[in-house]
Amino acid sequence: MTQYILLFVSAAVVNNFVLTRFLGLCIFFGVSRKLNASIGMGMAVTCVMTLSSMLAWLVYNAVLVPLGLEFLRTLVFVLLIASFVQFLEMFIKKLAPALYSMWGIYLLLIATNCIVLFVPLLNADAGYGFTLAGFGMSAVNALGSGVGFALALILMSSIREKLDYADVPKPLQGMGIAFVVAGMLSLAFLGFSGMISV
Amino acid sequence: MKNLWRIFSKGIISENPILVLALSLCPALAVTSSVITSLTMGLTVTFVISLNNIVVSLTRTFVNPKVRVPVYITSIATIVTLAILVLQAYAPQLYKALGNYLSLVVVFAIILARAESFASKNRVFPSFLDGFGMGCGFTLAMVTIGAIREFFGSGSLLGIRILGSWYNAPLLFVMAPGAFIVIGYLVAATKSLNKKREERQKEREAA
Repeated sequence: MTQYILLFVSAAVVNNFVLTRFLGLCIFFGVSRKLNASIGMGMAVTCVMTLSSMLAWLVYNAVLVPLGLEFLRTLVFVLLIASFVQFLEMFIKKLAPALYSMWGIYLLLIATNCIVLFVPLLNADAGYGFTLAGFGMSAVNALGSGVGFALALILMSSIREKLDYADVPKPLQGMGIAFVVAGMLSLAFLGFSGMISV
Repeated sequence: MKNLWRIFSKGIISENPILVLALSLCPALAVTSSVITSLTMGLTVTFVISLNNIVVSLTRTFVNPKVRVPVYITSIATIVTLAILVLQAYAPQLYKALGNYLSLVVVFAIILARAESFASKNRVFPSFLDGFGMGCGFTLAMVTIGAIREFFGSGSLLGIRILGSWYNAPLLFVMAPGAFIVIGYLVAATKSLNKKREERQKEREAA
C-alpha cells in the first residue's frame, strides 16, 4: 500500500508533469486562460490518461512483449490512444450528453498529446510486469500524473485570471509572461524535489 | 524561385514553430539543457518533418480525406521509430540523454500541422522545402535556447568550458524553471523583432 501512495505523490507533486517534466505544455498554455475551462480539462486529462494507460499496459504486456516487438511501442501506443479517445468520445456522447457538452471539446485535443503518450512509455520503461501489482502501479502512476497535471493547470489559470489586470510590458504580453509565470511556479515545485525518490 | 525561397524561409523567423507559433513546446524546454542535446533533437525533428511532408505529398491523391489523420499519424510514427532506431545504434549516449522525449516527436503538433495545412495540398518539392524550413527554424530556436541555458547554467558551450573557474554557475538555468524563464524572454524578443520588421516593411511600402 505504501508504495502506491509514494508513487502517487511522486507522480503528482515531486515529478509534476508540467512543471518539472515539461509535458502537455500546449494544453497547459492554451487552456489556462479561464479557471472553469482548466478544471474541465484537468478532469478530462486525468480520466483519459488513467484509462488509456491501463489499456496500453494490457497491450504492451500481453501482445508486444511476448512477440518481442517492444520497439514498435511508440507506433502502437499512439494509434491505441487516438482510437481509444475517439471511441470514448462516441461513448460519452451517446450515454452522457451532459458530460459530453462539458468535456467534448477537450477530448479531441487530448487524443494526440504528449502527456497521454508519455505515461504508457514511462510504465513500459519501469517494467511493470504482467501481474496485478504491475497493473496497479501503472494505473496509480497515471492517476497521480493526471492529478498533478490538473493541479498545475488550475494553479496557472488562477494566476492568469489575476494577471489580466496587471500592467505587463508590451513584448511580454501573452505567451511571454505566461512562460515567466510558469517558471516561477516551477521554482516553487522545485522545493519538492528529493522529497521522495521512487 | 523567389516563391520557393519564401516557402523555405517563413519557418525560420516569421512563423518560427517554437517562438512564434508556440507549438511543440515540450521538447523545447525538456531537452535544451545543453547545446548538443538540443541540436540532436532539432535535427531529428527536421528529418521527420521533411520526410513526412514528402510522404504525405506523394500519397495526397489516393488517401481518402476521411482517414487522412490516422494515415498521417501512422506515417509519422513509422518515421520516428526509424529515427529512434538509427540514433540508438549510432549514438547510444545521445539516445539515453533524450530518452522518451524522442518518442514524443510523434505527437508534435507542428508536424501534423504542416502535413495538414501544406503537404496535403502541394507538390513534392515545395512540401519538402516547407518541412525543411520549419525544421531549420525549430533547430535554430532549440540551439539558441540550449546555448543560453548551457552558457549561463554551466559556463560552457558544447561541453567546452568557456568562462573561467571564477564563474559560479547558477544551476537554475539548467533546471526546469530556467527553461521556462529563458523561453519566455526569447518569445518576447522575437515578438518585438517581428513587429519592428513589419513596421519597416510598411514604411518601405509607403515610401
